[in-house]
Amino acid sequence: MNRSVISASDLSLTFQTNDGPVHALKDVSLDIHKGDFVSFIGPSGCGKTTFLRVMADLEHPTGGSITVNGVSAAEARRNRAYGYVFQAAGLYPWRTIGGNIRLPLEIMGYSKADQAERVARVLELVELDGFEKKFPWQLSGGMQQRASIARALAFDADILLMDEPFGALDEIVRDHLNEQLLALWRRTEKTIAFVTHSIPEAVYLSTKIVVMSPRPGRISDVIDSPLPKERPLEIRDTPEFIEIAHRVRDGLRAGHGYDD
Amino acid sequence: MTGQPSLFLRIGLPLGFGIAVLVLWELFVVGFNIPRAILPAPSEIWAAIQRSTAILWVDWVQTVLKGALTGLLIGAVAGFVAALAIDRVDFLRRGLLPVANFVAALPIVGVAPIMVMWFGFDWQSKAAVVVVMVFFPILVNTLAGLAATDRMQRDLMRTYSASHAQTLTKLRLPAAMPFVFNGLKISATLALIGAIVAEYFGSPTKGMGFRISTEVGRLGIDMVWAEIAVSALTGTVLYGFVVLIERWVTFWHPSQRRGR
Ligand SMILES: Nc1ncnc2c1ncn2[C@@H]1O[C@H](COP(=O)(O)OP(=O)(O)O)[C@@H](O)[C@H]1O
Ligand SMILES: [Mg+2]
Repeated sequence: MNRSVISASDLSLTFQTNDGPVHALKDVSLDIHKGDFVSFIGPSGCGKTTFLRVMADLEHPTGGSITVNGVSAAEARRNRAYGYVFQAAGLYPWRTIGGNIRLPLEIMGYSKADQAERVARVLELVELDGFEKKFPWQLSGGMQQRASIARALAFDADILLMDEPFGALDEIVRDHLNEQLLALWRRTEKTIAFVTHSIPEAVYLSTKIVVMSPRPGRISDVIDSPLPKERPLEIRDTPEFIEIAHRVRDGLRAGHGYDD
Repeated sequence: MTGQPSLFLRIGLPLGFGIAVLVLWELFVVGFNIPRAILPAPSEIWAAIQRSTAILWVDWVQTVLKGALTGLLIGAVAGFVAALAIDRVDFLRRGLLPVANFVAALPIVGVAPIMVMWFGFDWQSKAAVVVVMVFFPILVNTLAGLAATDRMQRDLMRTYSASHAQTLTKLRLPAAMPFVFNGLKISATLALIGAIVAEYFGSPTKGMGFRISTEVGRLGIDMVWAEIAVSALTGTVLYGFVVLIERWVTFWHPSQRRGR
């Protein structure tokens, strides 16, 4: 069970901008194991999105190396090793919800029957059954985001990369989606990398919390969570939970070194 | 369904306005005894239309069906295909686009006689003028449409490791459709103008432009107005037809969403 699924060593990425170089990532090393739920937390601009995009081969590191499923990120992308959930749902408005979820399946050449079966299954998973024929703009933001998660789950990728998927949603919807996501993770045993701004969200969801700090973007702390896999929402009131949350907060504060 | 203006408002109101204008026009011409050569009354124009239906029909077939619509079809398809090629091959973007730009700047009074020399007096030369006129608006709008996807939509395709053709058919072409229809709406109007005006530079003894220019010489002003009425009606119907298809194809676009 301890196979390394994503392995970064001394990873650096510098963007050349008009205002000079921006060190989005500097000497980042991290191992993510099979079945881990890893959260990335840190102030905005600390390179969380960039790190996730490097894993997805959407961005190319300027130093160090990264492997995904034991091969290069580019090869992993060609192998369709991961599903990516963006910060915004990004559903195509000319396709129904069902059509959007079918999009990756069509591209990857799944049979018609298989497509229909998978669409029905993931819609149920995110509790959107009955909305298959609706268009994205007929749904609330939370439902759209759930559909985008379903889209990333529809094909057989055992890695899920999620960039602040619930960032724009209100607290109650967010709690509910967190519960659903956790249940889904337990059931599917996927490896999940999850970017968030919220300390409670990170602690509630993760087996491993990666605290990052900006300028240059780097990892300032990695916390392995002692919480059990089974986590009711009430776990957030337990002393263990609060203790981890404290440690995350301390890590964030130490990495900051200034106030803004 | 709510918030939609009723059928009466959408069709009845403009119709009412139109009738009011015609009535005032009639009263004005009769009341002030305006010479027929200056401005015929609507009733006289109507009489001319009834008297000359056969001629008007022959002219309409010659100018609209053969000249304008053939040219529009060929020009639109050519502009669209050229846009796809230019989009795919950067070398064409540098080479072909400036040439297309140059051709678009040619004045119709220069193009029309040349086309008559190349393709003869009949409708083929008129269709050729229309092709030259509509090619560029379609080309430019399609190119703009193909570039109109946002980064996240394209990144999503990349995470699926989609081919160029898949990205084109499943993302970029659907996203381009609102732009393509803008080009088509401009072109529909241009096509009619082009086909009529081109007949001033040589045509067989039929066609709307031919008729207008000869009837002006013979002071048959009511016939001139009859042709103008037919061309205005044709233009309106043609434009409305394009709008109808647009509404059907780009139903998902924010400007088209209604009653869904
Ligand atoms: N494409 C890009 N070009 C230039 N700079 C970028 C680009 N993407 C991100 N950056 C910069 O890299 C840094 C890290 O960005 P990002 O990874 O988006 O941070 P986070 O997701 O943690 O908020 C920021 O300073 C950001 O401005
Ligand atoms: Mg980010």
